[in-house]
This record gives sequence, C-alpha cells and structure tokens, in this order.
Amino acid sequence: MRLADRARNLAPLPWDLWWLQARRLTRIELRRNLFSWKATWIYCLAFIPTLIILIHMLFDPHPFFAMSEDTNVLAGIVQVYYIRLGVFFGCLGIFSRLIRGEMIERSLHYYLLSPVRREVLLLAKFAAGSISAVFLFGSAVAADFALMYAGFGAAGGDYIFNGPGMGQLEAYLLIVVLACLGYGAVFLLLSMMFRNPTPAAMLVLGWETINPVLPSLLQKISVASYLRHLMPVTVGADGIFALLTVETEPVSGWVATAGLLALIAIVLSYSCYRIRTLEIRYSTE
Amino acid sequence: MNDRIIFEDVSKFYGEVLGVNRISLSIPPGITTLVGPNGSGKTTIMNLMTGLVQPSNGHISVLGLSPADQTELFSILGYCTQFDFFPRGLTGWQFVLDGLMLHGMEKDLAVDLTAQAIERVQLGDAAGRKIAGYSKGMRQKIRLAQAIAHHPRVLVLDEPLNGLDPMARAESIALFEELGRQGMHVLISSHILDEVDRISDRVILLTGGYLIAEGNIHQVRQEVHEKPMQVLIRCDHPEVLAAKMFAINHCVEARLHADGKGVFLRTADIDQFYSMLNGIAAEGLVKIDAVAPADDDANAIYQYLIGTDGGPS
Repeated sequence: MRLADRARNLAPLPWDLWWLQARRLTRIELRRNLFSWKATWIYCLAFIPTLIILIHMLFDPHPFFAMSEDTNVLAGIVQVYYIRLGVFFGCLGIFSRLIRGEMIERSLHYYLLSPVRREVLLLAKFAAGSISAVFLFGSAVAADFALMYAGFGAAGGDYIFNGPGMGQLEAYLLIVVLACLGYGAVFLLLSMMFRNPTPAAMLVLGWETINPVLPSLLQKISVASYLRHLMPVTVGADGIFALLTVETEPVSGWVATAGLLALIAIVLSYSCYRIRTLEIRYSTE
Repeated sequence: MNDRIIFEDVSKFYGEVLGVNRISLSIPPGITTLVGPNGSGKTTIMNLMTGLVQPSNGHISVLGLSPADQTELFSILGYCTQFDFFPRGLTGWQFVLDGLMLHGMEKDLAVDLTAQAIERVQLGDAAGRKIAGYSKGMRQKIRLAQAIAHHPRVLVLDEPLNGLDPMARAESIALFEELGRQGMHVLISSHILDEVDRISDRVILLTGGYLIAEGNIHQVRQEVHEKPMQVLIRCDHPEVLAAKMFAINHCVEARLHADGKGVFLRTADIDQFYSMLNGIAAEGLVKIDAVAPADDDANAIYQYLIGTDGGPS
C-alpha cells in the first residue's frame, strides 16, 4: 500500500477520542502508582545516593581541588548505580505492576471492559509508568548533581552555570529519561509474557552486563549500550567494574538516542500485539 | 439480525481443558438466563462475548459488533463480572466515575451518570466510602452500578444476586425486569432457579461446556419428551379423577396432594390429557377448581436435563 493510501486509511480513525482516553487513563494510573505506599522502596532506591551525598557534604566536605574527582564520582553513580541498579530495578517494580500487578490483584478486567482500545490502554499505562519513573529518578539525579556541587560553594556554582556543569546535567537527565523508557518498555513486555518477570529481568541484567563484549550487532539489542554513548564524562574503572563502563564501538549521541528510541518502538509494538491477544484467566495467576 | 447476540459454532479450549464446545446461539432482546452447574461454561460464554477470552473456533457478534471492536462494543455493553476485586484505594463514586470518564464523555455528564447509577442501585450513602470497607452485597451493587452507568444496550451479569440480602435481591430483580422491558439484552447467569423462573424470557442450559437446551422455559419443558409432564389438579374427588385418568393410556403416574384436595398426574401427551380432562369435567363426576403445570419451571428442567437438583452452580 502506498504511503498516501495508508495516511487516508489512518485519517478517519478516532484519534481525538484515543488521545483523550489515553490522557485520562494516564491520570488514573499516576494517581494510583506514584502516591502509593507500595512504591516506597522505589523512592528509597532513587534517593539513597542523594542521602549519601548529602551526608558527605555536611560531615565530610571535599576541598576545592577535589571537584574533578567528584565529577567522576557523579558520572560513576549515574552509570553504575542508576543505570545498572536504581533505574533497572525501579522500572522493574513500576512497569511490571502495570499489567501483571493488575492481573495478580484481579482488577485488569475493568480496563479491558472499558471502551478503550487495548493498544491505547497499554500505551497510556506505559506513559504513566514512564512519568513516574522519570519524575523519581530524574529528580534524584538532579538532587545528586545539585548537592555534589553545592559543597564547593561559589566554585561549584561557577562550574555549573559558566562551565560544563549544565551540559552534563542535561546529558544525565536525557540518560535517565531514555533509561526509564527503555527498561520500562522491556519490563512491560516481560510482565505480559511471564507470570513472574523477575527471573527474566535477571537474564536481561546479565545480558546488559556482558553486552560490551558481544559482537556489534548484538550490542544494538541493549538499553545500557546506547546510554553509555551519551555519558558526558567517561568513567574509568578497574577489575570487574570495567565491564560496566567499557566503551564499545564509538557512536554519536544522535545515533545512540535514535537507536534506543527505535528499540523502544519495536518492543512497544510487540507489546501492543501481545495485549490484543491477552486473555483474562485469573485462576491461573 | 443486528439486534441479536450470535454465537456461531463457538468452541473454547483452555489448553486441553474444554470451556465450551460448538455453541450456536441467537439471543434476542429481553432477559436470558444461563443455567448450569459449576464448570458448565456459563462464565466462559460471557467472557467470550466480551472479548476477555478469545474463541478457539467459531464466530461471535454482539448486535453486529465483534468482541474485538472494543471502543464500539463497550459503548453499548456493560459487564458485571463475578470477580469480587477492585482497583486499590478507590471509593465507590471514583470507581464508577473513572469508568465513565474512559468513555470520553464530558466530566459534568460523567458526574450526572455516576450519581444516577449509584442512586439506581441504592448505594447513595456509601458512595463516598472506600470500596475496601464495603460488604459483599455493597460490592456487588457498585459493580452493577458501573455496568449500567453508561446506559448500555446489552447488560451481562455473572451471578449478580450472589451476596445480596433478600431485600437487595428483590430490588435487583426489579431493576433487571425493568431493563428487560425497556428492550435491553440482559444476559444473566444464576443458580437461584426460582428467581430465574420469575424473570427470564428464555433460558440457556449448559453442562460440561455443551449446550443442552435453549428457549422459553415452557417450550424447553415441552421438548423434554422422556420426562412426562406433571400437572396439579385441584378438585373435590382427586381419587376419582386419578382412577378415570389412569383408564386412559396417557397418564403414567398419579400422586395425591398432601392436603387431599388435589392430585399430581403425569402424562406423556399433554394435549390429549387436557382434552380428556375437559371431558371428565363436562361429565360432572368431579368438580375441578384449578389446573396448573407442576414441573414446568427452571428447577424441574434443570433436574431433568442436567440430573441434579439445581444446587449452587
């Protein structure tokens, strides 16, 4: 079918209604996800480094010449802690709850019995999960960044506003956003494929860890490998940690971003197909 | 045929377990009740027509819509499932309102419809309370409110009378009857056969995933040829009537009523039976006060066709 014909076929679809339904669903999901006691552990996961940096700043302030070292420490926290652990497990908790959690609580059928296309439902849930994760981890990384340089007083302010600081913060936030979207899409799919998505998530973690030593084609099937190319500060590491920070084939930031977005689109498309054929059989949950 | 719910040769297997097998139905507007024991396929039929499960074979349409056409189907259909679970942390009001907002309607209209639905199931006082604190009957009512809030043309109710006290049950039945009179499709699964009798325009009997019979209760009863029909005749000389009736071949069983003022008679040919009865009455030997079918109800049909006494299903 030609592109013009496809466009003509898409035009009469009720996009306005779908958009309205998606916004309302996202709002309902946010109300239920973001402000729930069950999410407390994810808050802890996001803000543990912030707490440590705060304690450091208050009780063990670094001298002015340590700013470069602290910049490397912050890059290490983002690349090793947030990307590998915090965002990874936080997204596992947030996104696997969206569909599988509702099946376990036996309340998913209310959504499936509403006049909302299942694809719209899935994408709205994904949007709500992404907003929750980005809000939590984005604010945690921003707080880490602010506290890290606040201890250096005017020199810290100068580094942020007149030096490379603001650019680094923007890069970290972009990395967090893409990490939340990437891992979110993967865990949303896994939660529809497996009754307990945690073992599969552990396999993904293993895959992400060994990914830098895989052939370049296989490196493209990884969230962390794209994010690594967006890091504003190169993190050097020794021993086993070198595996987490190793630089793979050089790729420009735009290509890495577009590549990850393409990966997310592919995963979400398959998730849409899965939810179309999803059956409600709570007795088997 | 766009005013019917149609199943064409529909089968559903859960792995190797049979859900329903080769079901063909054409359900007109009115109240239709699904009757059958546990595992007979009642809920599977309801889940199939609402797309919660997909058929292994066959085709389903609800007023001309496929269960896959979610946006259109659920604008005209409400389904009150038997799953007694709710999204966490919601009040009854929020639960109904959230459902309506997903229809894409204006908030003012959704609020009005929410108030109307909650009023209709008489849950007004409790609407602002968390559902987690509701009794079973109240949870049943709020699910019903959500199912009817958008004024659907098809209402599917899976065991809607479970957990209701007698007063609430009577109110719900009155509501179903009203909706049926308005020309809606009301599809109910129930094991309370006395109430099925009172409200149903037609019944669908299922067992082990197979369709046993469907239609108006009286029509279905007449189709059960192997079980002669039983008639209660109130009269002044029941023993004389029984003797006269036994003289003709149609009568296969007679049993005096406990109060001695009537007799239960079974006959293999009900038309001939009534004709003979008219003759006996005309002779003046017996003064007949009343004649009524004694096993022309859902309970009897259930016993005859499914083989148990219509206990909980």
